[in-house]
Amino acid sequence: MAIIRTEKLTYKYSEGTPFETTAVDHVDLEIEEGAFIGVIGSTGSGKSTLMQHLNGLLRPASGKVIFDGMDIWADKSRLRDIRFQIGLVFQYPEYQLFEDTVYKDIAYGPANMGLSESEINERVLEAARFVCLDEQQLSQSPFALSGGQKRRAAIAGVMALRPRVLILDEPTAGLDPMGREDILREIKAYHRETGCTILFVTHSMEDIAKCTQKILVMDHGSVFCYDDTAAVFRRAEELEKIGLSVPQITKICSRLRERGIQLDDNIYTVKEACRQLAECYNKRKAGGTDA
Amino acid sequence: MLKDITIGQYFPGSSLLHKLDARFKIVFTLLYIVMLFVGDSFFSLAIGIAYCIFALVLSRLPVRLFWKSLKPLLPILIFTVILNVIFITDGKVYFQLGIFKITEDGISTAVRMAVRIIFLIIGSSLLTYTTSPIQLTDAIERLLSPLKKLHFPVHSFAMMMTIALRFIPTLMEETDKIIAAQKARGANFESGKLIDKAKALVPVLVPLFVSAFRRAEELATAMECRCYRGDIGRTKMKQMKSSCRDWIALCITGIMLAGAIAVNTAF
Repeated sequence: MAIIRTEKLTYKYSEGTPFETTAVDHVDLEIEEGAFIGVIGSTGSGKSTLMQHLNGLLRPASGKVIFDGMDIWADKSRLRDIRFQIGLVFQYPEYQLFEDTVYKDIAYGPANMGLSESEINERVLEAARFVCLDEQQLSQSPFALSGGQKRRAAIAGVMALRPRVLILDEPTAGLDPMGREDILREIKAYHRETGCTILFVTHSMEDIAKCTQKILVMDHGSVFCYDDTAAVFRRAEELEKIGLSVPQITKICSRLRERGIQLDDNIYTVKEACRQLAECYNKRKAGGTDA
Repeated sequence: MLKDITIGQYFPGSSLLHKLDARFKIVFTLLYIVMLFVGDSFFSLAIGIAYCIFALVLSRLPVRLFWKSLKPLLPILIFTVILNVIFITDGKVYFQLGIFKITEDGISTAVRMAVRIIFLIIGSSLLTYTTSPIQLTDAIERLLSPLKKLHFPVHSFAMMMTIALRFIPTLMEETDKIIAAQKARGANFESGKLIDKAKALVPVLVPLFVSAFRRAEELATAMECRCYRGDIGRTKMKQMKSSCRDWIALCITGIMLAGAIAVNTAF
């Protein structure tokens, strides 16, 4: 069943001034419960704006966002409650840290929910475990942490809400390869353990290939396509036309295919490419010169 | 919420008013303010208003914008009107309640004051709406340059203003973003007692200050990297040149001002 649904969602920036621009244009979308969905699109395609509509931070100019079968704007007093259920991690979330210890910062969300001390404590420790922050780091000032650790502390701050949907807006932007891998692995583990629905906005095709089941491609404020990961990456040429691309390894494999090597057209991780290439190689060895 | 603030914003355009030299526009604004306040009679005020409306038409900006810049100042305006009505007790009495008298003079002063404030705001918004911040600070630097002789740091002052103006939208955007992010974690800015509301601002102000200092440091480094060292030997990419239309506009403004003064003494 769809946990979030949008109907003809439209949003304009600076409405009524000479700078008016339509950021999101009649978007119809269905997000299934428990899915891990990647969101891609070139800069200014409306990804972030769309994400901020899903938890009611922005009010649509027209159209609806339906969460759990209810229009989220039908009853404004419920909005805050909805934001606890749809956690949103902004771009560069480390710039929003403010408390004097990491522990207190992660506890900010749960404390806003009005939970008891022990419940808050439990959630903070759970969230810290998901992002691999230890006790000692929890008692430090967030400003004393490294860039990657700050980012993870900020993500934990939203995970501690135990949301049913977790939206991450470019959680790996500006990190070194190790930092990216760490965060990706942690998010994947989080998805596996909690079964929560995840929307993952990114510019990295490699990141998206590694963990998502479905991809939403945005272009100029509308949905370009919304399909299974393999199906989306099969449309390499169209993606390139709107300023996107497919993972490096998919490109390499398609070149190899042109050269006559028998590979599937749905390879988008290095792991899968290795497996198939090894298979080819073994076949060739076994069959002598005919391959 | 913050995106609705339009004071000091620049709206690019190609109208005559946009094209006028910024130095002249500042002078015009000053003369216009004199025009509004010089006379007591409604007739001299009318000349100022006519001047403003004329400029407004020339700017080709939607009137809605000016309403937007007026709106946040309405409480001050209403307050001023009430004060004037209550405390000026000369002239014919219309209504009396205890020591409070509403008189003819009180009402007429209040109305004049309100009209002056409204047109003061419209006129000065007209300056910032049609002049880019860079032009504006350049013009101020040029207009204040005689003060250099008195060792007043005109250039540093202008640079400070440029930076401040440049960062208003950036910091507003940043504030919006931080507010949104804390709202996503359940921050509540709307309800609660005054003290709760003040406390709710901490999660916004701390990151905002941190980022302002970070930006200041980055900007300073970037300026040093490009060998910035004040105005010593510094030239301008865009030279300010006054043209025929600036002088014509100055003449018109001068005549209107003279008219306002003359009308005031005549009536």
